[in-house]
Amino acid sequence: MSVLKSREALLVGIIGLLLVLIAGRFPAFVAPDNLARVFNDTAPLILLALGQTVVILTRCIDLSVAANLALTGMVCALINSTIPGVPLPVILALVLAMGAAMGAINGLLVWKLTIPPIVVTLGTMTIYRGVIFVISGGEWVNAHEMTPGFTGFPRATFLGLPVLGWIAVIAVILFVLMIARTPLGRAFYAVGGNPNAAVYAGIDVGRTQFLAFVLSGALAGLTGYLWVARYQVAYVDIAGGFELEVVAACVIGGISIAGGAGTVVGTLLGALFLGIVKNALPVVGISPFWQMAISGTAIVVAVAFNARRGRGRGRIILKRAEGTA
Amino acid sequence: MTDATLVNEQRRHIPDRLEGPAARLAKRWEVLLLAVAVAIFVANSFASPYFLNAWNLSDATFNFTEKAMIAFAMALLIIAGEIDLSVASILALASTAMGAAAQLDVGVPVLVLIGLGTGLMCGAFNGLLVTGFGLPSIVVTIGTMSLFRGISYIVLGDQAYGGYPSGFSWFGRGYAFWVISIELVLFAALALIYYVVLHRTNFGRAVYAIGNNPTGALFSGIRVARVKFVLFLLTGLMSGVAAVCLTSRLGSTRPSIATGWELEVVTMVVLGGVNILGGSGSIPGVVIAAFVMGLVTFGLGLLNVPGIVMSIFVGLLLIGVIALPRLWGMWRRR
Repeated sequence: MSVLKSREALLVGIIGLLLVLIAGRFPAFVAPDNLARVFNDTAPLILLALGQTVVILTRCIDLSVAANLALTGMVCALINSTIPGVPLPVILALVLAMGAAMGAINGLLVWKLTIPPIVVTLGTMTIYRGVIFVISGGEWVNAHEMTPGFTGFPRATFLGLPVLGWIAVIAVILFVLMIARTPLGRAFYAVGGNPNAAVYAGIDVGRTQFLAFVLSGALAGLTGYLWVARYQVAYVDIAGGFELEVVAACVIGGISIAGGAGTVVGTLLGALFLGIVKNALPVVGISPFWQMAISGTAIVVAVAFNARRGRGRGRIILKRAEGTA
Repeated sequence: MTDATLVNEQRRHIPDRLEGPAARLAKRWEVLLLAVAVAIFVANSFASPYFLNAWNLSDATFNFTEKAMIAFAMALLIIAGEIDLSVASILALASTAMGAAAQLDVGVPVLVLIGLGTGLMCGAFNGLLVTGFGLPSIVVTIGTMSLFRGISYIVLGDQAYGGYPSGFSWFGRGYAFWVISIELVLFAALALIYYVVLHRTNFGRAVYAIGNNPTGALFSGIRVARVKFVLFLLTGLMSGVAAVCLTSRLGSTRPSIATGWELEVVTMVVLGGVNILGGSGSIPGVVIAAFVMGLVTFGLGLLNVPGIVMSIFVGLLLIGVIALPRLWGMWRRR
């Protein structure tokens, strides 16, 4: 019974229904190679949503992930076009470090100065975007300026799925293990569930939030390289507004914005739901301009669902205060 | 909880002697901000020979008047402990609604009513979700931010609405007298209205009470949910007013209109000394902050700094304004 009621089961049901409905009229959409293509297309969203999940678990939010992605993407594209000899492992290490550093800036401001995360990341979001313009001079880095080794990596296919998709698979497995099997994973839940109790349990709340931001930043940095290499172009506005889609994936996946509740699998399903909708829209003949309104509606509906589920738990001391406050 | 310990330590501190009125005035955020505004003004007039020109300065006011109109309502909302990140999207939707109506050759008063009405409806939708269903305003308005602008994209796609009636341009391009624009007059009138509402009425008291302690406010007989709902309505309405002004000034509507304004509005409010966690802040502070931001962007514009680089300054301003007093506090407690 509890399995049927869980958010994950509900999402699996909705995604299954969605696929059946689409398959009824467009059978080619559910062919294995097309599903692999859809999964690969959703991989950047999954990667960022994983990082966002741990950030939201600790009662924070990171709106700077898309700008972080774009800045790291631009930096590695510029490095590749000016010094083509830099080997891929160095680039990968660099984007991870750079993304983590930008996440650390967010984390430090939240940890050491106790500035609300929404303010910090709204600010760094615009700063990072502005810096892209400064370092690129507003110019694009195009496909012919990048080396084949640089752009080929995420597109190389292995067992029918491009490397980009495999990276998402590996990241999901690592996150499931990290959340379930490590003290840090426990700490993320403890901090979000009850920060005061977490302090008494010997968990440093600020440090845990800091680490969540660093993880989110590192994933954004890695995705920055993958994104630029896959689409073979880097400019100021890549992944503009993507942070909202990332938050949407988490909220749809059942991650409570109040912190401390939700699962990695939920996030994965939330991202897949958005990815399937996005890829199905052109197939069923709906203008892609619907995408934005659909994810907005999905966020609002999912938040309402999350709140309804959370209600009723715990002691209600003053019933009317619950309803009106 | 770190905030709670911070407040406790401040409470425990008892000064040796009370400060005189002059010292207290000098420490007020509004006074500091005013000094910054004057400094920027002087620096700008040295940096560019084109700055000290009545018409140029009049043009500069357009940099902040529309955003400030939204910021007044946003200030009340943030003081009450909520936030609305969908304001720029409400503006876009209201502008789209007016554009659609303009294609049907309706009169100017009807256009304005449609703009304001759309804003009110969006505000009511946010307010209902937050107060009626008890949802956190940050996520709700991130969702509606995507939803409202998404509707504009569905309606317009990559097209634009133009062809507004000629009388419509009065709001954004008209002048009351000499260099004083209609928008500036509207800005001043709204500032006065919001000043009276926040600082001189029971409603304003209630806003502060809710921001400081919602449960305490409820026990004091304040209809917390109703006040919050009205604040969301007001924010929607002001976004509608800003939509009328901006659409009139630009003379066209694209779905990407006013992208990123929510950030600038929140920055303006926080810069004005409103506590982002709710409970304190003032309208004069927001008014001065509007001038500071307008002067900074205008001054940088005269020095040919591109808009996206200015956004770096806006971001640094937002973080710096909150970070510096906290760093100062940490340094003093050493």
